Amino acid sequence: MTDIPTDTGSPAERPAPKGGSLLVTDARTKRRNRAETRFKSYGIAALAVGVAFLVALLWAILSNGLTAFTQTYVQLDVPLLEEKLDKDGDRDPAKIAKVSTFGYKPLIEAALVDLVAREGLDTDIEDKALTKILSDAAAADIRDRVLATPDLIGQTVSFEVLASSRVDGYLKGRVSRESLARDKNLDAAHLDLVDALREAGAIEKRFNWAFITGADASDSRPEQAGIGVAMLGSLFMMLVVLILSLPIGVAASIYLEEFAPQNRLTDLIEVNISNLAAVPSIVFGILGLAVFIQFMHLPQSAPLVGGLVLTLMTLPTIIISTRAALKSVPPSIRNAALGVGASKMQAVTHHVLPLAMPGILTGTILGLAQALGETAPLLLIGMVGYIATNYPDGVAEGFLSPNSAMPAQIYEWAKRADPAFYERAWGGIIVLLVFLLAMNLIAVLLRRRFERRW
Amino acid sequence: MTPSWIALIVLAIAAAGFVLARMRALGAARREARRLHSLPNYYGWTAAIYAAGPALLLLAIWLVAQPVATRGLVWPVLESSAAEGAVPSLMMADVQRLAAGLEDAIDTGRLTREAAQALPPEELRDTMAARGVALGSDVTLATRDAALRWLRLSGIGDLGRAIAVIGLAIAGAVWGVSRAKPDFRARNAVERAMRGVLIGAALIAILTTLGIVLALIFNTIEFFRLYPAAEFFFGTTWSPSFGGGSELGILPLLWGTLYISIIALLVAVPIGLFAAIYLAEYAHRNVRAWAKPMLEMLAGIPTIVYGLFALLTVGPLLVEAFGRGGFLGLGWMQGGTAVMTAGLVMGIMLIPFVSSLSDDIINAVPQALRDGSLGLGATRSETIRQVVLPAALPGIVGAVLLAASRAIGETMIVVLGAGAAARLSMNPFDAMTTVTAKIVSQLTGDADFSSPEALVAFALGMTLFVITLALNVVALWIVRRYREQYE
Repeated sequence: MTDIPTDTGSPAERPAPKGGSLLVTDARTKRRNRAETRFKSYGIAALAVGVAFLVALLWAILSNGLTAFTQTYVQLDVPLLEEKLDKDGDRDPAKIAKVSTFGYKPLIEAALVDLVAREGLDTDIEDKALTKILSDAAAADIRDRVLATPDLIGQTVSFEVLASSRVDGYLKGRVSRESLARDKNLDAAHLDLVDALREAGAIEKRFNWAFITGADASDSRPEQAGIGVAMLGSLFMMLVVLILSLPIGVAASIYLEEFAPQNRLTDLIEVNISNLAAVPSIVFGILGLAVFIQFMHLPQSAPLVGGLVLTLMTLPTIIISTRAALKSVPPSIRNAALGVGASKMQAVTHHVLPLAMPGILTGTILGLAQALGETAPLLLIGMVGYIATNYPDGVAEGFLSPNSAMPAQIYEWAKRADPAFYERAWGGIIVLLVFLLAMNLIAVLLRRRFERRW
Repeated sequence: MTPSWIALIVLAIAAAGFVLARMRALGAARREARRLHSLPNYYGWTAAIYAAGPALLLLAIWLVAQPVATRGLVWPVLESSAAEGAVPSLMMADVQRLAAGLEDAIDTGRLTREAAQALPPEELRDTMAARGVALGSDVTLATRDAALRWLRLSGIGDLGRAIAVIGLAIAGAVWGVSRAKPDFRARNAVERAMRGVLIGAALIAILTTLGIVLALIFNTIEFFRLYPAAEFFFGTTWSPSFGGGSELGILPLLWGTLYISIIALLVAVPIGLFAAIYLAEYAHRNVRAWAKPMLEMLAGIPTIVYGLFALLTVGPLLVEAFGRGGFLGLGWMQGGTAVMTAGLVMGIMLIPFVSSLSDDIINAVPQALRDGSLGLGATRSETIRQVVLPAALPGIVGAVLLAASRAIGETMIVVLGAGAAARLSMNPFDAMTTVTAKIVSQLTGDADFSSPEALVAFALGMTLFVITLALNVVALWIVRRYREQYE
């Protein structure tokens, strides 16, 4: 310890050692230490920025999309006058069906005027313009209800009808009085009335089941649009992907991992698989368009075609993860099976495959999740631009008749001009992400539950 | 007989073959399974496979081949009357629709074959329209004749199909049953067939690549027949118009693609790389346990979400900052969709790619290198900069190339966030467009696949495929070589 200088001697008596004191950090060390701190803080900053982006993304999704799950409804007591809806009074469904939605409009208008009068609100809006606070879909809704139960005719029935998208937007803070200045659909006077009616309890926001289960609506009725039909389209597509990609992927992986000899063909297949995994998804869309629609004349916009394209796209992913799962089964299992007289095929199908199954399923679920969120190939095979307003009639129809899919529906809404559809798009994203989250969760749980360490 | 009925009959024959062959083998062995070479079920499976395999294969081939062959045989009828500039595929589609309508009418007994032959072509269109069959153009004499010929030929084809497929199935089943003797090595036969199925599944990867390449090449050649290749590759204007006289130069699109990709990489590479370094070298196990999955969540989010984020959140935000009257007062940005918007959001999407690949690669650098450097007195950051990163550099370059290929092929973000105008501009706040965005816009909707404006999408796809493939091959080669170095 003799090298340690003490502070007792004066610097003049004892010349400082050449390298300086070990207790006093010299300038160079300080600089190096500062560089060290700086470098580390770059790392922390990068990580923080990455996480901040994630948080910003999630915040944007939630803050914009959660409002899609509530919807404004107006409580209306509509007098279903017999002389308007069923002139002969014999409740013949064919005759009642002849009354179009135009026949219902005056009834709704009367009900609204009546509501305003009953609540004792005075407004200088003309009676005709009053219905602008209601959705165009209101008449169709009431008509459907009447067609379903013709006995309602002649009574005054209480309906909950959709408010128009601008009223809905006003209650959600999307539409303000200033933004209405140039809007010919609604005036500030309407908003005053809405406020008053809300006070009176005739207008209220409720949870929007129709958004989750409903069908898409035309451009002018964003308040009616739902993602239910597109969800069904996605479901049929995922069924195709599952039915095709799981067996094909497993078969291909078994061959490559267990049987393939080391030769040119095997190399070619391996190179192909790793390259296909990195081919842009839009190229698969081109393939689907050229092969399935142009060449094989399969129906456009059908979930079957979408499923086929997504199958080709997810196969490489599934093959790669399945091979990893097969590889993780130790050779001793195979050797033991072969030792008691099983053929190689029996060793694989009876022992290796069941042991690798959890890993294979995990990989397949993750592949499906990737396929579920994929949009670009669907644009090319015509799953966009098609307005999915009807549920398919049956299972075969579900595969073959035109439909949309969740991501395609979101894209469709994002392209429309009315900002009310943006809210639907964000809401659709929340639904999509809930599905993805659930699938990933299942995959993680599967792995946790069945993963085996050999 | 419809194909599904034929398939069902074939399966029934196969099931019968299974039962018979199994019984026969067991009978020959006097009901003692151990006298057989294989387990009894294998004998059954042999017969079932012999019956169903070739027959179903033939059915599939027939289904693809018959329309092509019929089309070839019917075309001569139409060819003579085809007007100048008529599209053969559309004419054939009309013929097929008419044939389907006539067949329906004959099946339901409203029309006899002779009556259809005698029907004047002018009336056919109205008759069909009344039955819900819409025809593109007026029915000419040639169309009617072609439709009738189509009907006759496909009737013959369908009959031939049923006979050939079912005959093959019966023959296969008989052969399989006749081979079911105790000394027949049934298991080996079944396993050979299974192996064939496995190889077939593995070959689908090659078939997919082949399908992509053929689909692109044929349509690209078709495009270059209609539009000069030199103008496509070196043209600086992109203004398609379906009316004709469009200029389809790829350069503005390539520039937009590159510009957006460069901005994306400028965002993703530093953030991803530093995050990877921190996670691999500094972070405590607990931090790593939650930070890594969080970053990887960014990779699991579908691109449509990023697209919407660009269009509705990032774009308006950037306009507020850089737009006219924005708080920076610069006025550089005209609208929300711009190169910057798309590039920034794409950068966010690419962060997890760069970070998790780099993380793996940094972790693969042997610990001995670090220990040696630290032992010599280097600080950790000096070790990282001067030892770990140089050792990991090839792998990191590979990761960046993979990220670049992702960026070039990304579609939804640019479709929603980058704008639609094709221009050669240096301003990153201008709206520009990319190769992928234009593929989408040229091919969506009911495009007529014979116009250069639609076919150009295939040439664009070809360019995209070649660029990304080259990047991937190089990147994978680098990564693989690097891995070998330390193994």
